[in-house]
Formats: sequence, C-alpha cells, structure tokens
Amino acid sequence: MSFDRTIIGVTIAVVLMACATFFIPDWVRQIGLLSMAIGSVALGLLVLWRTGLISFGHALFYGFSAYGVALLNHLGVRDAFVLVIVSAAASGLLAWGLGFLVRRYRAIFFALLTMAFSMILYGVLAKTERFGSTDGLNIHPPTFLGYAPVDQAAQITLFLFGLLVVYGLMLGVQIYLRSVLGQMTTAVRENEIRVEYLGYSVEHVIHIKYVISGLLAGFGGAIMALAVGQVDPESMAYWTASGEFVFVAILAGTGNVAAPFIGAVAFEIIRHFAWEHGANLWQLIMGGTLLAIIMFVPDGIWSVLQRLVRKKDGVK
Amino acid sequence: MTTILEVNGLEKRFGGVVAAQNIGVNVSAGETIGIIGANGAGKTTFVNMVTGHLAPSAGTVKFLGANIVGWPPRRITELGLCRSFQVPQVFLSESVFDNVLLAYGIAEESGFSMLRPLRNKERDARVRKHLASYQIAEHEKTAASALSQGIRKLLDIAMATVRKPQLLMLDEPTSGISVEEKFDLMDIIMAALREEQTTVMFIEHDMEIVQRHVARVLAFSQGEIICDAPTAKAMVDPKVVEFVLGQEYHAEVRSDA
Repeated sequence: MSFDRTIIGVTIAVVLMACATFFIPDWVRQIGLLSMAIGSVALGLLVLWRTGLISFGHALFYGFSAYGVALLNHLGVRDAFVLVIVSAAASGLLAWGLGFLVRRYRAIFFALLTMAFSMILYGVLAKTERFGSTDGLNIHPPTFLGYAPVDQAAQITLFLFGLLVVYGLMLGVQIYLRSVLGQMTTAVRENEIRVEYLGYSVEHVIHIKYVISGLLAGFGGAIMALAVGQVDPESMAYWTASGEFVFVAILAGTGNVAAPFIGAVAFEIIRHFAWEHGANLWQLIMGGTLLAIIMFVPDGIWSVLQRLVRKKDGVK
Repeated sequence: MTTILEVNGLEKRFGGVVAAQNIGVNVSAGETIGIIGANGAGKTTFVNMVTGHLAPSAGTVKFLGANIVGWPPRRITELGLCRSFQVPQVFLSESVFDNVLLAYGIAEESGFSMLRPLRNKERDARVRKHLASYQIAEHEKTAASALSQGIRKLLDIAMATVRKPQLLMLDEPTSGISVEEKFDLMDIIMAALREEQTTVMFIEHDMEIVQRHVARVLAFSQGEIICDAPTAKAMVDPKVVEFVLGQEYHAEVRSDA
C-alpha cells in the first residue's frame, strides 16, 4: 500500500487527543464524545454523498443502535465493546435489509425513503411502554473488558474507547474509499449505463454504500447512548436528528474522512455556546451558520483547511 | 473459424410497431462486420437486444454457447461481449485517465478483491498503454467533458475494450464526427482492435468506411436483415441499393453494370 497522508494525519491526531484527554475539563471531553458520535453518522453520510446520494433519515440507524445499546444494557450486558459492536452491527443489518428497496431509488426519493422508515421507528419507540415511551431508557455505566471505572475515570475511559472506535471507522472508510468499489462514486452519479456495461451492478454499489453508511450511523448512535447515559425517541430517532446530521455533513464537506469529525466538533461548539446565551438562540445561530457555509464555502470546513495548507505549501 | 454469436428469430415489438423481426445471423471469431441501413431500419435495436440493453420480444441470442437473452448487461459484458454507444457513455467530470482506470478496476477485480486499492503502479501502466493504443494518451489529464467529440468517441471505445472482449459492437463510431476526422478515427480504432484480434461489428452510414474496413455486410431495412453478404457483393445487391444506398448510388451502380 502506498503512502497515505490521511492515515498518517489521522493517526497523529488520535494519539494527540488520547494524551490530551487526561488534561482537559469534563465539559470539553463531553463535547469530544458527542462529536465522535455525530461525526460517525456524518461520515456515513459522506460515503453516500460522494456518489451524489443524500439521506434525510439516518436517525433511523442512529436511534436503532442507541436503543440497541439501551435494551442490551437492560438485559444485563455491561461491556462497552459488546454493546457498541452488537448494536452497530444490528443497524448495519437493518440497512442491508432496507437496502434492497432503497437501492432502486435516486435523488429525492432515496433521500426521503430512509426518513419514512425513521418516522416509523420514532412512532414505535414513542408508543411502546417497554422502550420507555417518550421518556426513553437509562443506561447503566458500561464496563470495559472487566474494568469498571467510576466518576471522572469513567468519562476518560469512555473517551479513549470512543477514540479507538472512531479511529477504526476512519481507517476502514479510508481503505474503502480508495478501493475499486469505493471509487465508484462520480461514475455511479454520472453514468449508470456505463458502469453496467463495464461489468458491475450499480444497485449493488449503492447497496454496499448504504450498508456501510448505516453501520457508521449505528456506531454513532451507540457512542451517543453511552456518552449521555440515556436514550429517548425525541433526540435519537426524530427527523430533526437526521437534519442535524445533514447539517454537520454540509458544514464538514466531503473532502476527507476526518472532515465529518471536525464538522461535528464545530457543530457541538456552536451549539454549546449558543445554548448558554438563550434557549432559542441556537437555532438562529445554526441557521445563520448554514446559510454562510452554503453561500461562501459550499465544500465545507475541510475545503477551507485544504486551501490554508495549499497556501502554506505554495509559500515554500 | 468457430461461431461465437448465433442469433435466431430475434424480434422486437413496441406495442403494434415492429422494430425488428426475423433476425438471424451467425458471427465467427475474427470477423469484421459492418451493419448498414437507413435511419429507423433496426440497427441499433439489434445491437441493443444482443447486448442486453433491450429485451427482445422473441428469439434467441447465443454467445459462446450460452443463451444470453434476459441477461443483464453486466453479465453479458463479463462473458466477453462489449459495446460502445452512439452518444459516448463516459464519466464526464472525470479525467480520461480516471475513466479508463475505473474500467480496468472493474474488469480486473471481483467479489472481495473489489476492496483492493484502485490505483497501483502496474494498473497505471496498463491504463497508459491502452490510452496509447487508442492515441488519446496526450489527453490523459483532460476531463471527459472538455474533449472533442472524436476523442470522446475514442475514449468510449477504449473503455469498452479494456476487457479484451471476444466480440465488440460499436454503435455508429463515426457519427457526429467531421468528414476529415472520420477516416483517421476509424483507422485508429481498427488498428487497435486488430492488434487484439477482436471480432467486431459496427454500425456505419459511410459506405467508404464500410468498404475500407469490413469484409461482410449486414443490411437492415424495416426491422429485417435484407442482405448478409461479403461487402463487394452487398454493395451491388439490388435490395441494398434500393433500400439502403438510395438513388445516387443506384444510378452509379447501374452505369457500372
């Protein structure tokens, strides 16, 4: 395998953050955890987006996995690795099943079909007593391969665990995006006939992307469930959650697998500070930010970073 | 020579309209065949049915012994029957190199090996060699959308041939190309195909090109094959003269005879 700047950059960033976690305040660490969760979902959207597909319903996989963590937890499963992997895999499986239908649609229908399913999930969760109805469920603190930290140690451990998961996701997606399968992006977007006549099924390509995307959203939901210690239908499965993921994806841009996480951090920071200045102010600030991004940097924060780096290289 | 393609009783109806009927033809390995006929004669319908783009209403298409009627295009492609299009079907925003690179990637990997990196040195070299044999190497970095029609046609055909097909069908390779460019273009294509010893069938309106490059002609009129003969013979066949070549040729041929 050839020299990959992205993998090296991501590895350095993850190691730095792992060291930093011991010195940062709790609220910053919490923002980090939420960003890992939201960023994973946005990474899933990136996989679809590069092929010109967008989903307004990824809260389906996010919420499905978050509830998976909660339910497994109530059944007595405490290990974070088991909770996250099993729940995310369940989301991937759900995406695989729905994929047989979704892969036949494009554009607005593709975007809204997943949302239709997410609304059904929301309805089921909000109406079922066993799932805690609109109040949701609490999650007992997880253990990590037998290690059961408390208080600040619990948050630090969870942060390191989250980093590990996110690092794995970024590497996996990076390898996928460089592969023959992952490189069928513009090709599928621009000319499905030619792809078929080159000898590959377009629906198969889209199906795989959809499963990867659902799996990533599942990891995001599972991390979120552990990070906030509870799940509820309003914040996990309602369509506004899906909207937030699309927001983060636009904010971030599709230039790199690290972009969604940078976008998510920006999103969480904006939300955090906007909340402090008034309950309804943050929507206003979010709207303004979205407007500014679309008008001035349509390729997202990543494109700005890229331009800065190029400028520096140019000076050399 | 072994027969690679056997078409029998092929028919296509769109409601009450018969687009093609009673089409039967055998193609042997190594042949070069021209498909001629007026607009609407059923030439493209024939190619579309054989390559899986259009489901025939009746009849069989046997390629390398398999009845490929009802197969999706990708399976037919994998088996070794490839095609180009009248309007080039390429990835417009990608460079010439990337277009052909992806074609190679899909042709060379399958199943889980599709997860291997698309780019590697060996594949890059094969792509460059392929571009060179179609004489489009100098456009390597140009986006397909910025190419002239002739170069884009070459790219389309180059993409259709990365699998080294057993049979290649070209739908009007010279349509939309200026008269001056046409002959050079066709020379490039035929030279590249000869090198690989590809069996080829192409639809063509220009009789000079047909006479220059093919040994056998299939003439279509009103959805049927009205003549299947060596080129020289076909050019003087009364039915071909009447329905395909038209009055000008008609007079010329008469005076020769």
